[in-house]
Amino acid sequence: MELVLAIAIGVLFSCGIWLVLRPRSFQVIMGLMLFSYAVNLFIFITGRLWLDKPPLTTQPGPIDPGLYADPLPQALVLTAIVIGFASTALYLVVLLGSRGLTGTDHVDGKEREKQE
Amino acid sequence: MSFWPAHAIPDHLISLPIILPLITGTLLIFINERRHEFKLWLNAAGLLATLMVAIAFMWLVDNGRFEGNTGVYLAANWAAPFGIALVIDRFAAMMLVLASLVSCASLTFAYRRWSRVGVHFHTLFQFLLMGINGALITGDLFNLFVFFEVMLAASYGLLLHGQNAVRIRAGMQYIALNLVASFFFLIGIALIYAASGTLNMADLARIIASLNDADRALFETGAAVLAVAFLTKSAIWPLGFWLPVAYGASAPPVAALLVLVTKVGIYVIYRLWLIVFAEDAGSSTGFGGSLLFWGGLLTIIYGATGMLGSQDARRVASYSAILSSGTLLALLGFNRPEIAAAALFYLVSSTLAVAAFVLLIELTERIYSPTSRLLAITMEAFASDDEAHESAGVAIPGAMAFLGLAFAGCALVMVGMPPLSGFIAKFGIVTSLLTVSGAGGPTTTGWLFIALLFLSGLFGIIAMMRLGVRIFWSSPQTTSPRLQLTEASPVLALLLLCVVMTVSAGPVRGYMDRAGADLSSGQNYIDQVLGHRPVPSLTRAGDQ
Repeated sequence: MELVLAIAIGVLFSCGIWLVLRPRSFQVIMGLMLFSYAVNLFIFITGRLWLDKPPLTTQPGPIDPGLYADPLPQALVLTAIVIGFASTALYLVVLLGSRGLTGTDHVDGKEREKQE
Repeated sequence: MSFWPAHAIPDHLISLPIILPLITGTLLIFINERRHEFKLWLNAAGLLATLMVAIAFMWLVDNGRFEGNTGVYLAANWAAPFGIALVIDRFAAMMLVLASLVSCASLTFAYRRWSRVGVHFHTLFQFLLMGINGALITGDLFNLFVFFEVMLAASYGLLLHGQNAVRIRAGMQYIALNLVASFFFLIGIALIYAASGTLNMADLARIIASLNDADRALFETGAAVLAVAFLTKSAIWPLGFWLPVAYGASAPPVAALLVLVTKVGIYVIYRLWLIVFAEDAGSSTGFGGSLLFWGGLLTIIYGATGMLGSQDARRVASYSAILSSGTLLALLGFNRPEIAAAALFYLVSSTLAVAAFVLLIELTERIYSPTSRLLAITMEAFASDDEAHESAGVAIPGAMAFLGLAFAGCALVMVGMPPLSGFIAKFGIVTSLLTVSGAGGPTTTGWLFIALLFLSGLFGIIAMMRLGVRIFWSSPQTTSPRLQLTEASPVLALLLLCVVMTVSAGPVRGYMDRAGADLSSGQNYIDQVLGHRPVPSLTRAGDQ
């Protein structure tokens, strides 16, 4: 299971890096989204992978921590998802604005001369 | 009355530097843009209140009103490693004051024009301040991330303020870069949590000595990844190419705030690195110090060369900000906490000067009509000197005199020439490097740094003189620009602060010595944060 997750994160990251380095803003935003998936999964597994262990308890009194998963990474990943989503959405708006104002969707460069 | 802790100031007040901008910014959302006069006054009122609070905290912290000179607020009353702690010590209080001062100048400057060219300027302004203040006083890594995101989200909005194609394009690159940096931030946090099981800065510093080798390797990897995020913000050499573009494209009041944001990156590196990788960190002591040092040196070289090679005043300002970042990072890389006080003085002085300079640039640009401006640049490019020499003795109009003097003042502080505070800052740095290194004199790296510091100063002088000549002397067709009081006064005020730092350098430096001493002995910080008792629960007290 760990191996599968590790490979999945790795694949997401490598695709993300490749896309972020592409010249067009749409590719960049796809890359950023893949990045955020990879990062969120990564944060999630820092609490280790467990089966059948809830992150919280309603039972009063002292508990056996071994029976529960670490709730903190799950809380962190929630925050990270929200923030990542919001800033990616913002980037999308800027992307559209840039496309409208400059007439090109290049992040940093010019449209190649059309061959006619 | 017994549930207040023994000392007099309620801990809750420590959250004020975050709460005040939050409330002001939120209120400002609901006011229609047509009432911009009212919005401005509300913003100014919130800002002044924040400034007062910051100054009050600086005084309180410095006068022993908090135990161990460190104010700690446990949010939601959770004891330290578990909840989020807000911490104000001398360094944080000083930065809070600096942030509020630069914001005040920026807002005053924006009054006449810039606050009206787009919507929600004031809201974003306050949220940016909230993010900065939060990042300055939080004691928790993940909370730091959240405040960084607040700060960045507001800065994205402000960078795009008064949209045009240049700004949108610069904004797109700035956002993409900072999003990637934020992901690095998250990965670093996750690795550190996986290795140590805590995110509280003080707890991290306590735990690091007792990590086993496998966890330590993971921790150091996490710290390195985290550092990439901060170093990107503070524009160390290979990660700082975004800065001239962003500074150059943004509106001047926003550029002044971005100067501040860059310094927050530096602040966080100083704070975390000095406390976590301190002397009692086991084999991790001074982790990455040489990288900071050499990276800082390269940044100095890059910044100085950039200053020399820039035609445009905004780019000169950007590169001088990079230069000061590099100086600060290299100083940290010496891993001698004794140097911290000198570095703090330099940090404050250079922030004030660069902020004043980016505001001033816009005013100097009004000297020219667009055509003569073009002419001036091409004349420079072709080095033609067949321009008619007019007779001397033309009366200098007041506005031109002000611009010239303000330019000279900024230049003196930025390049560190006497008599202003930039010189005292550089003098302090060199002195502490010479005295700290012990009987054998400074090490080779110390000499290298000092040499580079002087060389970068020389480069700065050449660049600023050339710029000054071009702005004030080279063009025959200057018009005396119209300056509004609200536009001239913030520049003047920031420069006056530099003068104050020069005249009363003793007390200022004394404060920074104490702040530096706090920074170098992180044990006090750790003890105060971890030893801070939660307020006894009211319900439980009622049960008894």
